[in-house]
Amino acid sequence: MAVLVFAESVDGKLKKTSFEAICMAAKLSSDVVVVALGNIIKEEALAGLGKYGASRVLWVNDERFNQVSANLAADVVSVIMEKAGAKILVLATSPFTASVAAVVAVKQSAALATNVVEIPDLSNGFTVKRSIFSGKAFETVQLSGEKKILVFNKNAVEVTVSDQTVAVEKISPTAELKEKGLKITGSEKASGTVSLPEAEIVVSAGRGLKGAENWGMIEELASLLGAATGCSKPVSDVGWRPHHEHVGQTGIKVSPQLYIAVGISGAIQHLAGVNSSKYILVINKDPDAPFFKAADYGVVGDAFEVVPRLIEALKAAS
Amino acid sequence: MKILVCITHVPDTTSKIAFTENNTSFDTSGVQYIIGPYDDFALARAVELKDSLGATVTVINVGLASAEPTIRKALAIGADDAIRVDVEPVSSMLVAKQIAHYAREGAYDMVLMGKESIDFNGGVVHGLVGALLGVPSISPVMSLEIEGGLAKMTREIEGGKEFVEVNLPFVAGCQEPIAEWKIPNMRGIMTARTKPLNVVEAVDMEQGSKTESFHLPDNKGAVKLVDPENMGELVGLLKNEAKVI
Ligand SMILES: Cc1cc2nc3c(=O)[nH]c(=O)nc-3n(C[C@H](O)[C@H](O)[C@H](O)COP(=O)(O)OP(=O)(O)OC[C@H]3O[C@@H](n4cnc5c(N)ncnc54)[C@H](O)[C@@H]3O)c2cc1C
Ligand SMILES: Nc1ncnc2c1ncn2[C@@H]1O[C@H](COP(=O)(O)O)[C@@H](O)[C@H]1O
Repeated sequence: MAVLVFAESVDGKLKKTSFEAICMAAKLSSDVVVVALGNIIKEEALAGLGKYGASRVLWVNDERFNQVSANLAADVVSVIMEKAGAKILVLATSPFTASVAAVVAVKQSAALATNVVEIPDLSNGFTVKRSIFSGKAFETVQLSGEKKILVFNKNAVEVTVSDQTVAVEKISPTAELKEKGLKITGSEKASGTVSLPEAEIVVSAGRGLKGAENWGMIEELASLLGAATGCSKPVSDVGWRPHHEHVGQTGIKVSPQLYIAVGISGAIQHLAGVNSSKYILVINKDPDAPFFKAADYGVVGDAFEVVPRLIEALKAAS
Repeated sequence: MKILVCITHVPDTTSKIAFTENNTSFDTSGVQYIIGPYDDFALARAVELKDSLGATVTVINVGLASAEPTIRKALAIGADDAIRVDVEPVSSMLVAKQIAHYAREGAYDMVLMGKESIDFNGGVVHGLVGALLGVPSISPVMSLEIEGGLAKMTREIEGGKEFVEVNLPFVAGCQEPIAEWKIPNMRGIMTARTKPLNVVEAVDMEQGSKTESFHLPDNKGAVKLVDPENMGELVGLLKNEAKVI
């Protein structure tokens, strides 16, 4: 039974979470078909997907898919799902893939589960565990029907690699290539920053930093660690940091290996965006800050003293 | 112009989550309910469009009678009428089928909703509804302007934004800063009482998934505190114990 994986790419770069999705699919089947869209992806990168468990890579190397709407991507994925005879479609979560998954679910009359956090249990039907209430709880759902679509959260599976190689097949989609009534007219991007939802380490700071001018040390710490920067909601509300850095229930949800929170109190809405991090380090001058209850490591102290010392210690250790 | 806004009736963002009946049912005791925060953005933008373009705004909720106070709040904020589809909203697919059915029946020019609910967190209802209606769906939308039969939107993408133009009708999942949340005023609250709230039956219950049980996450162990004078020790822990740097 073939399992299809939609490998999301951004600006021609395959997302790391797509590797996780392939590993996840490889746990469900030995016949893992991967589809990638756009002609700016490097062929070597696609050929390298064999090591995560891909047995076929289908490459729609068409310019029109470099910046594509979710609806159009879904049209193509849906056609390929049928052609490949795949009964399961696997995606790694993002706003884009969630939209793709939804449209394919309707086209294929497939059962859909998002925010899946574990490998499905096939011992009794098809049971999946998914995260709900912004990570505050989990739900076990039984999926029925012939076709299923699973959208996995980051870190749902350990990425393992082998030395398997795979041939890349270039294909042109037979689906109608022009989308009815929708046009992407342009885009604007901050360059050179680490993507927040994908980051392995996130350094986030809150109102405790007192003002935009104090973010220098946060950026230095982040760059030393190869981390993305984030912030609490009030910080982006007052414009100290851009809106797309705001982490939490009403912002970006992150699931890095390490989340560092500096001068953030740990309000429940903030925690909802970080509770699937592997490790949490909290730096706060108030020993009673609620964030310490959710933390693995904590430093009670003034951020303006602690962060520079941490930077020094990191430099000394490298 | 006719706008349909989809709203959830969800526990306040500060709610403690718990389950009853052997982990098969959400524990509602002591829980305050609100309009989903993202739905609130969609509603606020719809009311602004109503004021600037002369639209009518209908809110729709798929849910039981307990959601009515939340629906009335949406009417108080400025929606003209409301539909409640009388069924427990147990899955995104079930919800989307109801919304698509009544959206088609009412021939709306646009369907606005939140980019994500804060209970199910699917982030998929907009895509499902768009596909069911056969119209484009766009999400997460940060700004929306209507110019004749064309909608101009900004969509958030990783590390930036994308500009999209789409013909009416369409579906959009909204987020800030599309509009400022609106708080109902006294007049709104008074008039909301008499605005129509139509309770309708559910259609097409086929959904492909069924909840078996709920669970809470395992408790975290106690935090390991490190002396603020000794950042070398912290670096050591992150390197050798957590192995994350
Ligand atoms: C509907 C709704 C949705 C929300 N969504 C989000 C969300 O998605 N994300 C989010 O973050 N918030 C969200 N909030 C806001 C949330 O409730 C909190 O108000 C917010 O997270 C607090 O931000 P903060 O921790 O930066 O600021 P504060 O609560 O003011 O905390 C500042 C912290 O810094 C510490 N501090 C001060 N000075 C220093 C120093 N020199 N050194 C070290 N520590 C210091 C203080 O001890 C304190 O703990 C939401 C609220 C609502 C109502
Ligand atoms: N039961 C419901 N009734 C009405 N609208 C809903 C319901 N559930 C979800 N929605 C809408 O769909 C959006 C996305 O939900 P979800 O896909 O569950 O994250 C929400 O923000 C709402 O606008």
